[in-house]
Amino acid sequence: MLDYVKLLILGLVALCAAIAASYARDMVYMVHMILVMVTAAGLFIWQLRRTGEPVVPVPTHEYMDGPVRAAAIATAFWGCVGFLVGVVIAFQLAFPQLNFEWTQGYGNFGRLRPLHTSAVIFAFGGNALLAASFYIVQRTSAARMWGGGLTWFVFWGYQFFIVLAATGYVLGGTQGLEYAEPEWYVDLWLTIVWVAFLAVFLGTLLKRKEPHIYVANWFLLSFIVTVAMLHVVNNLAVPVSIFGSRSVSVMSGVQSAMTQWWYGHNAVGFFLTAGFLGMMYYFIPKQAERPVYSYKLSIIHFWALIFLYIWAGPHHLHYTALPDWASTLGMVFSVVLWMPSWGGMINGLMTLSGAWDKLRTDPVLRMMVTSLAFYGMSTFEGPMMSIRAVNSLSHYTDWTIGHVHSGALGWNGMITFGMLYYLFPKLWNRERLYSLRLVSWHYWLATVGIVLYAASMWVTGIMEGLMWREVDAQGFLVNSFADTVEAKFPMYVVRGLGGTLFLAGALIMVYNLWMTVTRGPAKAAAPAAAAPAE
Amino acid sequence: MTDDKTKHPEEQILQEGDPETTGHIWDGIKEFNNPMPRWWLWTFYATIIWGIGYTIAYPAWPLIQGATPGLLGYSTRAEVQEDIQTFEEMNAPILARIAEVELAEITPDANPDLYSYAVQGGAAIFATWCSQCHGSGAAGVQASGYPNLLDDDWLWGGTIDDIHFTISHGIRNDDDPDARYSEMTAYDEILTDEEIASVVQYVRNISGQEADATLAAAGEEVYLNNCAACHMDDGSGDQFLGAPNLTDAIWLYGGSEEAIEYTVRYSRFGVMPPWSAEASEAGRLSEAEVRAVSVYVHSLGGGE
Repeated sequence: MLDYVKLLILGLVALCAAIAASYARDMVYMVHMILVMVTAAGLFIWQLRRTGEPVVPVPTHEYMDGPVRAAAIATAFWGCVGFLVGVVIAFQLAFPQLNFEWTQGYGNFGRLRPLHTSAVIFAFGGNALLAASFYIVQRTSAARMWGGGLTWFVFWGYQFFIVLAATGYVLGGTQGLEYAEPEWYVDLWLTIVWVAFLAVFLGTLLKRKEPHIYVANWFLLSFIVTVAMLHVVNNLAVPVSIFGSRSVSVMSGVQSAMTQWWYGHNAVGFFLTAGFLGMMYYFIPKQAERPVYSYKLSIIHFWALIFLYIWAGPHHLHYTALPDWASTLGMVFSVVLWMPSWGGMINGLMTLSGAWDKLRTDPVLRMMVTSLAFYGMSTFEGPMMSIRAVNSLSHYTDWTIGHVHSGALGWNGMITFGMLYYLFPKLWNRERLYSLRLVSWHYWLATVGIVLYAASMWVTGIMEGLMWREVDAQGFLVNSFADTVEAKFPMYVVRGLGGTLFLAGALIMVYNLWMTVTRGPAKAAAPAAAAPAE
Repeated sequence: MTDDKTKHPEEQILQEGDPETTGHIWDGIKEFNNPMPRWWLWTFYATIIWGIGYTIAYPAWPLIQGATPGLLGYSTRAEVQEDIQTFEEMNAPILARIAEVELAEITPDANPDLYSYAVQGGAAIFATWCSQCHGSGAAGVQASGYPNLLDDDWLWGGTIDDIHFTISHGIRNDDDPDARYSEMTAYDEILTDEEIASVVQYVRNISGQEADATLAAAGEEVYLNNCAACHMDDGSGDQFLGAPNLTDAIWLYGGSEEAIEYTVRYSRFGVMPPWSAEASEAGRLSEAEVRAVSVYVHSLGGGE
């Protein structure tokens, strides 16, 4: 019966998408509707071939690791795509000639930049969080994913969202909201996928066999719930036409700006911080084989972090049309956020007490610890940059770009690499990684890459800020904008080199993981390890 | 509950001297019952206390109408206003004089204070509004239609009054009816290919470049019939029409055979916006500012 309902829905979706594509008012919408049509038709045929076939029983006594494997592969794939686009746009800034005539309108900086940010945050980071959530919630709840095939829907639905977003950027479909560029129908689709994500996660937590909920799951749950809220509110918009990609935001002016940065900053706070802290709280104790340092600290810093983060957004709008009071509150909450952020770093680093010697022999653990160091550095830098006086120098400069990347490459990137190195042997039942030496290579390439990136952006950022504000005795500006652009050139090249090293490291990782799965010796059977307690 | 050993095959093994745990185990992971680090806790408290103090001192808490203004009476808008006013008051007398005196009087000898202010301020105005096309050093962009302002080759005249007029009203724009205007004919469909080829060689010849002598000789007649009306018989151009001098080595759109042929066939139409707010709505600069930047450009080396 359910099979026929599925067939009916898929058929209807394909038909509606075909009609929508033929009435399309713009190219982005048309391409997207054709994509929807082809996907739904493909699924229809796939479903049709399965209908009436004998049902293969699902092994309910095992963890559901299929979606984790898929998400782990997707993490590595989208990571390389995102880093590559990042390297390309870094060199486009250094050498504008790389905005080729023949790529105008598709491959110029303006089109590729959101492709880079979304590929890295939502495709790379998002898949890492899917893999981590699915893996951790099952292990720490001793329960199989709730909802049957719904977890697979979350994975594939999310990939489809990524494809719609990415093609939209290149073709010019954008709402003009940073990190929330996809148009209204893509937002609606992501909402459906995200609610399914929340359902499978909560469902699994509810049927857990452990008496308590592990700290990693608090962070992951707060990430899923808050991102849902942020996404829905910031994307409130009225479509211009049901057959077009354009929409008009419900908010305008400074209200729109404030909502956007409430969203934007909490994308950092809940997607890239809370979610990844959940990852950290599972994989570091596992890799170090040491208990979490302090239960008390984890409670206090969790509640303090999620309570404070949500108010910090206004610091993106210092010295704008935003009223002074909102700007003050944003700054104060950001500064108070400093210690709650560091709580996670302390708890992670101190978990290594009694296991510090492992850093010498285990490059995977080294990667995870380095991610915490970068986390600590950027969560100190963030509150500092939110202070109005500092912000008056740093705002709109490359310092902000450097800050974001020391967080994204150092913290999110390194902890994710650590997770992948941990997960691949486990998920494919391999004795160990193919090569620890390659992990070391990856580690050093990535670390040197980040240092080059962050250092060059600090230098240009502060230089640029000082040049912009320089006035002579009579109140005239000393430098033209073009002067500041010219002065930044050498540092732009250094930044591009840093990104290239980081990308090279990631490619080495992909090779290493590939060889682990295809060439690694299989692990000796240990039946107890695979079975959750039923 | 089942035995923990079978339930958690990867249970973490404690070391000697480890503190007590909370007793929970998840997939083998345990938690120590350590207290929060004191320095962490006290720093956290300190930031909270600082935060409360700061929000009392500065505008912070939203009320039903407006927000608490803060004890210090701080306001970013008032601060900016104050800064702007300080400079405006300081510069007002000198700006008023710059807008009044004869342009030709703003020289180092006649009015040293006005001149120094105009050059300084003009440079800042130039960096803000003009450098996008003419380059921050005013050297223009060679062969791309953005004239070099450092040399003594002027399209529309290089006296201070000429420069002032050009900056005020711009060139070939629709915003200011007084904009300088002229339009070269596109000869693509008027002259034959041979005639175009010959006139290109003629122009290269009179500008002292390597040229095919036979073609150049044939091109002279084409030139005199079609081009000389604006560029003059001797090719020296006409500043009244913005017709460039073709006999020097300075080229607005390039002096290669290809570039000259393109110009002859399709013509060029370089534009510049009007800057005087008094002359047109599109203008962004006050009269004093237009004058300051005129003096600056005139001072760059080529002013007549």
